[in-house]
Amino acid sequence: MNKNSENLYRFLVGLADDSVVLSHRLSEWCSNGPYLEEDIALSNIALDYIGRARMFYQYAVEIEGKGRTEDDIAYHRNEREFTNTLIHELPINDFAFTMVRQYFVDVFYCEYLQQLTQSSDSQVAAIAAKALKESRYHLKRSEPWIKQLSEGTEESKHRVQLALDELENFVGEMFLMEDWEKELVEQGIAVDREALQADWDKQVQEFLAESEMKFPDSQLQIRGGRNGIHTEHLGHMLSEMQYLQRVHPGLKW
Amino acid sequence: MQTVDDAAAQIEFDRRIADEQKIEPTDWMPDAYRKNLIRQMSQHAHSEVIGMQPEGNWITRAPSLRRKAVLLSKVQDEAGHGLYLYSATESLGITRSELIEALQTGVAKYASIFNYPTLTWADVGAIGWLVDGAAIVNQISLQRTSYGPYSRAMIRICKEESFHQRQGYEIMYELAHGSPEQKAMAQDAMNRNWWPALMMFGPHDSDSAHSGKSMQWKIKRQSNDYLRQKFIDQTVPQIEVLGLEMPDPEIKWNEELGQYDSGEINWEEFYQVINGSGPCNYQRLKHHKKAHQDGEWVREAVRAYSEKQQAKKEQKSA
Repeated sequence: MNKNSENLYRFLVGLADDSVVLSHRLSEWCSNGPYLEEDIALSNIALDYIGRARMFYQYAVEIEGKGRTEDDIAYHRNEREFTNTLIHELPINDFAFTMVRQYFVDVFYCEYLQQLTQSSDSQVAAIAAKALKESRYHLKRSEPWIKQLSEGTEESKHRVQLALDELENFVGEMFLMEDWEKELVEQGIAVDREALQADWDKQVQEFLAESEMKFPDSQLQIRGGRNGIHTEHLGHMLSEMQYLQRVHPGLKW
Repeated sequence: MQTVDDAAAQIEFDRRIADEQKIEPTDWMPDAYRKNLIRQMSQHAHSEVIGMQPEGNWITRAPSLRRKAVLLSKVQDEAGHGLYLYSATESLGITRSELIEALQTGVAKYASIFNYPTLTWADVGAIGWLVDGAAIVNQISLQRTSYGPYSRAMIRICKEESFHQRQGYEIMYELAHGSPEQKAMAQDAMNRNWWPALMMFGPHDSDSAHSGKSMQWKIKRQSNDYLRQKFIDQTVPQIEVLGLEMPDPEIKWNEELGQYDSGEINWEEFYQVINGSGPCNYQRLKHHKKAHQDGEWVREAVRAYSEKQQAKKEQKSA
């Protein structure tokens, strides 16, 4: 691969990894939700993210040109090789945490994907257009959930606050730019994440303020995901997710 | 208590059943018919919901992204069936929370098959193929059931179930034509799930507690043994295509009857599992109760929020 292809490959795998680990987390709610309706809804969102992951991986292996498959990338890399940003991999904790995380990424993706639909790479733009529709729908669900939980009972409000506290450190990483990503922005392929941060803060703070919830800003940053420095949680997720492929390598399923 | 009006209504009800007309939620119906339906439909709904657990057991370990997406969407379908069937049951004048309580206190049952563990990935294939296959045989028959909402639910659900069965068979086919380990995994899962799948059709006709009335009211349209035989006859050729050993050495084509002979079900095991002592009975209910309890604060918050909104509205209009 030349440098441009390498950058594009990194970019695609990063976006795919974000999606695949979040879909895994969301799928953990199946049969565990507070309502049967939520089992269905959260599974649905998980399915959207699996779909995204597959599209990005498939395009990535095409760019790589070594004849690998989406599953080779998803199931045969270890925890130091995954490049998702950390917010996507955090455990589901309780329903409040899952929904606050979802709300945060929904707000992010609605803007990010909107801009990515303008990518000069037509395949990236097409994937973004499909994903954007999904994220807008996700946000229509996560917003009212945050509102209901923030203004529901003392307990639900407390749980939302704990989720906000825990996630505060993990939001900023979504707005970080690596050098290779900046190069892709210059080529019109990628989106400048940094430029989205101020609006994200404003939108989230204003929305939470309606329910008298406080969120300082997204400036505190725990970083490392794009370079394979993860939380301890990812290794456990991968050992579960990759178990069959690792025990029986090279087979078709 | 039956009144003179009820007696006239009973005659009309009987006439409609005889004429193959559907009974609708607002129609008069005998109490025993209503109770029988609530029992059967809620059992069906609970089966869909509890059935999410054994298959859900493999969602996070599915061996490829495609398999994971298909399995997750299948389990999501089952949740949808559960929801649809709960709603149909509610049309008989009972609430979903009452139904869930009956499940959690053991008053209501669910399909016994889900009290067996899904030990390997092949169990996901075997369940889709055999369990959904058996369910389809049963549900096709129930499309003609006399209660309108139940009948319509079955028509809709059958369409999705046939996809489920195909995805299960596809998993089995891939495994049966894969490595020796994969083939052994498929054989083992089929052997373990075969008998519980046959048990899904219930006791022999001669021993079935609820069958008589259900048949008379046309809630149930064909007998347990008839449907079980139908399932065996359609499944044996599929086992041959897979190239697996028969799970029952007594399976043999009977030229005279034009159907397969097969061995006798272990009825002691059947009743043991039904009565709560299957390998996973305790685990399944515990899981369901835990999810329900863990979600209680969410449901409380939703109630509180909606009350607050209502109060605000009233304040405004006052």
